[in-house]
Amino acid sequence: MGEKVLMKGNEAIAEAAIAAGCRHFFGYPITPQTEVAAYMSKRMPKIDGVYLQAESEVASINMVLGAGAAGVRVMTSTSSPGVSLMAEGISYLAGSDVPCLIVNVQRGGPGLGGIQPSQADYHQATKSTAHGDFHILVFAPSTVQETVDMISTAFDLGDKYRMPAMVLSDGMLGQMMEPVVLPEPREPDNDSKDWAACGHGGKRKHNVVNSLYINPQDLEDLVVARYKRYEEIKENHQMAEEYLTDDAEIIIVAYGSSSRVSRSAIDAARKQGIKVGMIRPITLWPFPEKFIEKHIDHTKVFLSVEMSMGQMVDDVRLVVNGKVPVEFYGRTGGIIPTPKEVLEQIVKLNGGVQ
Amino acid sequence: MSDLNILFTGFGGQGILFTGKVMAYAALMEGKELSWLPSYGPEMRGGTASCSVCISDNTIGSPLVVNPDVLVAMNLPSLEKYENDVVPGGTIIVDSSIVHKDVTRTDVKVVRIDASRIAEENGLKGAANMVILGRLFKETGFCTAENLDLGLQKSIPAKKANLLDNNRKAISLGIES
Repeated sequence: MGEKVLMKGNEAIAEAAIAAGCRHFFGYPITPQTEVAAYMSKRMPKIDGVYLQAESEVASINMVLGAGAAGVRVMTSTSSPGVSLMAEGISYLAGSDVPCLIVNVQRGGPGLGGIQPSQADYHQATKSTAHGDFHILVFAPSTVQETVDMISTAFDLGDKYRMPAMVLSDGMLGQMMEPVVLPEPREPDNDSKDWAACGHGGKRKHNVVNSLYINPQDLEDLVVARYKRYEEIKENHQMAEEYLTDDAEIIIVAYGSSSRVSRSAIDAARKQGIKVGMIRPITLWPFPEKFIEKHIDHTKVFLSVEMSMGQMVDDVRLVVNGKVPVEFYGRTGGIIPTPKEVLEQIVKLNGGVQ
Repeated sequence: MSDLNILFTGFGGQGILFTGKVMAYAALMEGKELSWLPSYGPEMRGGTASCSVCISDNTIGSPLVVNPDVLVAMNLPSLEKYENDVVPGGTIIVDSSIVHKDVTRTDVKVVRIDASRIAEENGLKGAANMVILGRLFKETGFCTAENLDLGLQKSIPAKKANLLDNNRKAISLGIES
């Protein structure tokens, strides 16, 4: 195991991607994500990689599509408004079955919004990234170490299922430093994708990477086949961490930064004897339904805590399906909820101060 | 010591983030769990800067320090903004060369240290932050002296190694203050 070092979340994303064999980065600077690109601009030239600052996010994502179609491990990173600009390209990537990694270090929105941490892009990431029937894999780290470990998983699962993967971070996780052990570096693998349009010296039939299907039946068949893969992913790759859920009567559902705030609140509530725990989604798509389902019977109430006006709470309600109440608490616009605020919600749900 | 939450505050350019980084690295050397969270954005360019450092034996929850055990205030606006957030029984360390106003809280320990003047008189202009770190170390004993020095070494990039001795000297002055 390597040495523990202190790294900013954003820098750790870049180093972890390089360790996972990524040698192609296309992006455009935006706060609070810029350290990812800055780090890549220093490292990539030293390891025969490509770092390219494009003229816009639209250009960046189309370069990602091109590189991905050629079969290399490729990524981009941006923050909220940048993902909106990339939306069309992400749909093309999904429609062309081209894997890639997209990092969103979320900031407050809508519009230019602000530059402070937010989780208001949950719906965008998990449901409506762009036009058409498709999903992308969405991972939500809560520590710098988990971010590092997740980058590799995101690349691997994206390659396995031939689809874009997103790591949904935020300004707090991107800017903070924590101890981290970097993974053993892997060599780039540019040859194993037999579908890639990468030149073949006339030795095989040429590959076509495309998202245009004029014949509706062809398109329906393709989308239906893709949704079968999605079902397989939902079955096999739901990830979540449970914290003190065994005896919990109140279960908080929170991911990323808001799960850290919630954890502090839960520790304080437990000291008051309140039976509260947490399910922390690690994959947001597929949403970890199984982890929630198994606790519905012994839980009196679920509480979704988010840095948004309430987005993930919709998914919690779909799973709980009216069997017990699902409440919401959130702050938005770049405000991080305090453990005290979340504790107040827990106490309220527990029937006030005992 | 199980948990120690510190909030470093001051002007951008006083080395607020660096002070937090040295402390964070010292805690890492000590084998603790820790987090370091800076304020970011336009305030880093000459406005107010702050930096949250959490040190614990356990997993760190929220890395944003709202109620610090120790507040380091290197300018007046920061003292005024955060004074009332310090936990009762906590500590406020003030650079009294810059902040001339008294701390009004009576339920906290107040440490006034003439950090900027001490640094300047010893030919260490700009190292008031390290003088304060020395004093913070003395007040809290958050790590061993050896690990504090290792933390400093880890925080200074190799090409700036010539700055190591001055920072060490400033930390010693803070410990002796």
